[in-house]
Amino acid sequence: MGHRENDHIDIVGRLLKRGVSRRDFMKFCTAMAATLALPAGFATKIAEALEKARKPSLVWLEFQDCAGDTESFLRANKPTVAEIVLDVLSVDYHETIMAPAGKQAEKSRDDVVKHQKGKYIAVVEGSIPTKDGGIYCCIGGRSALDIVREVCGNALATIAVGACAWDGGWPAADPNPTGAVGVKDAVRGITLINLPGCPMNVENLTATIVHYLTFGTFPATDSHGRPLFAYGERIHDHCERRAHFDAGQFVRQWGDEGHRKGWCLYEMGCKGPETYKNCPVIRWNEGTNWPVGSGHGCIGCAAPRFWDTMTPFYKRLPKVPGFGIESTADKIGAGLAAVTAAGIAVHGIARAVKGKPKEKETTE
Amino acid sequence: MRAVENALDITIPDNARIIRNLITGIQYVQDHVIHFYHLHALDWVDIVSALKADPKKTSSLAQAISDWHNSSTDYFSEVQKKLKTFVESGQLGPFANAYWGHPAYKLPPEANLMAVAHYLEALDWQKDVIKIHAILGSKNPHAQTYLVGGMAVPIDPNSESALNTISIAHMLTLAKKAKEFVEKVYIPDLLAVASFYKEWAQYGEGVGNYLAYGEFPNDNISNTDNLWLPRGVIKNKDLSKVHPVDHEKIMEYVTHSWYEYKEGDSVPKHPWDGETNYKYTGPKPPYEHLNTDGKYSWLKAPRYDDMPMEVGPLARMLVAYASGHKRIQEVINLVLKKLNVGPEALFSTLGRTAARGVETLVTAEMLTVWIEQLIENIKRGDFRVHDGSKWDPSTWPKEAQGYGFHEAPRGALGHWVRIKDRKIANYQCVVPSTWNGSPRDAKGQRGPYESALVGTPVKDPNQPIEILRTIHSFDPCMACAVHVLDAEGKPVTKIRIV
Ligand code: SF4
Repeated sequence: MGHRENDHIDIVGRLLKRGVSRRDFMKFCTAMAATLALPAGFATKIAEALEKARKPSLVWLEFQDCAGDTESFLRANKPTVAEIVLDVLSVDYHETIMAPAGKQAEKSRDDVVKHQKGKYIAVVEGSIPTKDGGIYCCIGGRSALDIVREVCGNALATIAVGACAWDGGWPAADPNPTGAVGVKDAVRGITLINLPGCPMNVENLTATIVHYLTFGTFPATDSHGRPLFAYGERIHDHCERRAHFDAGQFVRQWGDEGHRKGWCLYEMGCKGPETYKNCPVIRWNEGTNWPVGSGHGCIGCAAPRFWDTMTPFYKRLPKVPGFGIESTADKIGAGLAAVTAAGIAVHGIARAVKGKPKEKETTE
Repeated sequence: MRAVENALDITIPDNARIIRNLITGIQYVQDHVIHFYHLHALDWVDIVSALKADPKKTSSLAQAISDWHNSSTDYFSEVQKKLKTFVESGQLGPFANAYWGHPAYKLPPEANLMAVAHYLEALDWQKDVIKIHAILGSKNPHAQTYLVGGMAVPIDPNSESALNTISIAHMLTLAKKAKEFVEKVYIPDLLAVASFYKEWAQYGEGVGNYLAYGEFPNDNISNTDNLWLPRGVIKNKDLSKVHPVDHEKIMEYVTHSWYEYKEGDSVPKHPWDGETNYKYTGPKPPYEHLNTDGKYSWLKAPRYDDMPMEVGPLARMLVAYASGHKRIQEVINLVLKKLNVGPEALFSTLGRTAARGVETLVTAEMLTVWIEQLIENIKRGDFRVHDGSKWDPSTWPKEAQGYGFHEAPRGALGHWVRIKDRKIANYQCVVPSTWNGSPRDAKGQRGPYESALVGTPVKDPNQPIEILRTIHSFDPCMACAVHVLDAEGKPVTKIRIV
């Protein structure tokens, strides 16, 4: 048995459109069964299946990436990755998990783009370098920019997974040597859903896909194209340590009493007050844990240009942004901390009164 | 992390050492299993052939090699039915356009069906056992609890917000689950599959030099003689001698890489003095071929003592074997005996894939040992996870330099840092896939991928599955592999045809 052609479905579609007879169609199915090394009765079954509705095809592109989103994808749970691959979608192109390589792999991708035009979902992982003609990321001799424009340009919709595919992520961090950008700046005029984070949480990807399969539309998004169900609320507002923030109970040193008791990580640099994502609600790995839950502050990985805007990771935010309630909470927090921790009482109160919490520290 | 700790002379608390060992350990176990079943197995296992298997015979086969519970005729019938429905759908997804039916596939249908069943089981298993990584690292992928000086995971058996009895019990359960699957599924499958492909012990040798930095400190990392996986260099396949690692002997060439050095491209540089001045000289995309006589890769060419080195599980297992690591010698000898081959079989595509299995097994056995070490410390009232003495950069010397070694699942990873005025002045990483995927150096010496492909027979140049077997056996870092493969696939093709 030789190597087989798997654009059969599209061949059938095209053949039928061109008025190819039922008999010829069955002949094709028999040939298909033979090339697939399937037992005799399979031709009819293939014919039946070919006439049924297809599972939507998925083309997953990887560019300047670390495969973190792919790894995240493998941790899928509702549905599991096995269910996605076998029952939910036709994952026709995914460099990391697909069986073919080289030309055969490219064929899988090209088949979808050509024959499923406007019907498939594209997923992009990693940023796209635009400088010097795109030479900094070439796959099979083609630049990432060339590939992303073709694949996303012809897709029903594109889902950009992870910080890099959203706005360039760390390859785009200052000084951005390769001119890396996210999908939004590489391809214009497409339906684009952004799932930033480093990496994206797979539950948000599967929910986006299931949303589409169930309702026939993609979920509502904010002005950054991020689904509201995942990026609509601030981490700080759903954080389990928020009561400690309000009470002014802060971790001051790694491993100190406050750290062991699960106090607020604001002073250790937590970026939860400036980051919109559902980490505290869905957590990670089927609810096992999440950064703040484990004892480390949020690094703002779902925030715009986070390598430039959220660093240094261990310096506290200059002030908690927002209106009224937060700044009041911050002052109350500082005041209470002064009461409970005698050593810093004077400074704490002084800062609270001035309403300029710890400015010195932040400019260090 | 370790590079900065080395530069600033920080010793992390024992609990942080154990937590790091556990995170790395579960990563090995999970990553290697994913590699075997999901990134490598389909080079050996013909999915379509599994449709022809007799589930009853498959069940007997499975029961003959393991007492894993999922082994009944009904179970395999169910898996086969699922596979049939999938194939009948006509949408083969990631399995389309592969080489099914290629004569290089040697497994009987029953073995193929068993492997397909375990491919699916492994997918479910991996997302569970990796929760150890989430408990200690906050999430997976991308742990977020590493700090210079230790870990941001507090320990307190009397707190609900710290590593406590609940999380330790959870980890023990997961560690058991991890080990059980490796013992009862992965290893028996590996041996069963390997027994049909023994000729692959002759191919894919590579450069014959192996470098392991060692990993899993038993105490302080600076005590490099006390690593659970030992450090060392093996030259020219000589297992009678393990050479010590001297990091000063690590140099990187850019002769065939798209970079330039100020003092010329034929003289290598130590990472502390490393430069990353990119200079692309390749063709403008789209292109078909790269000119391999000139510069042709984004990877630099690292050399140890001016020799190319293979890194990864095979290198680690060989260094351990040759250094007299008892448990590893025992397991390797057992594997060699079962396959009825000698130690020379290790220097091959098959050896590389087998070594990864051996490493998974011995690492899975260690998970509980490390958890128990953690419990012992907690019993003694030692909850320390971080040394904060150098947390504030104002405590740092004006200038410092350091290096940190780690054994990532794919192999030796080194970081070199120079710190000046509390800022990074230079930072260089020499990563596993740079060693293995290295282009040629100034002397024209090939790196491991390229060498390993020399002499690999390819039955059908249009379906070079043999090439995939060898390249995949290295577990190329997928973050760059496709890019590497496609860039380097061309010289590879040349080697094959010429
Ligand atoms: S600052 Fe961070 S740890 Fe504190 S309440 Fe906000 S999100 Fe939670």
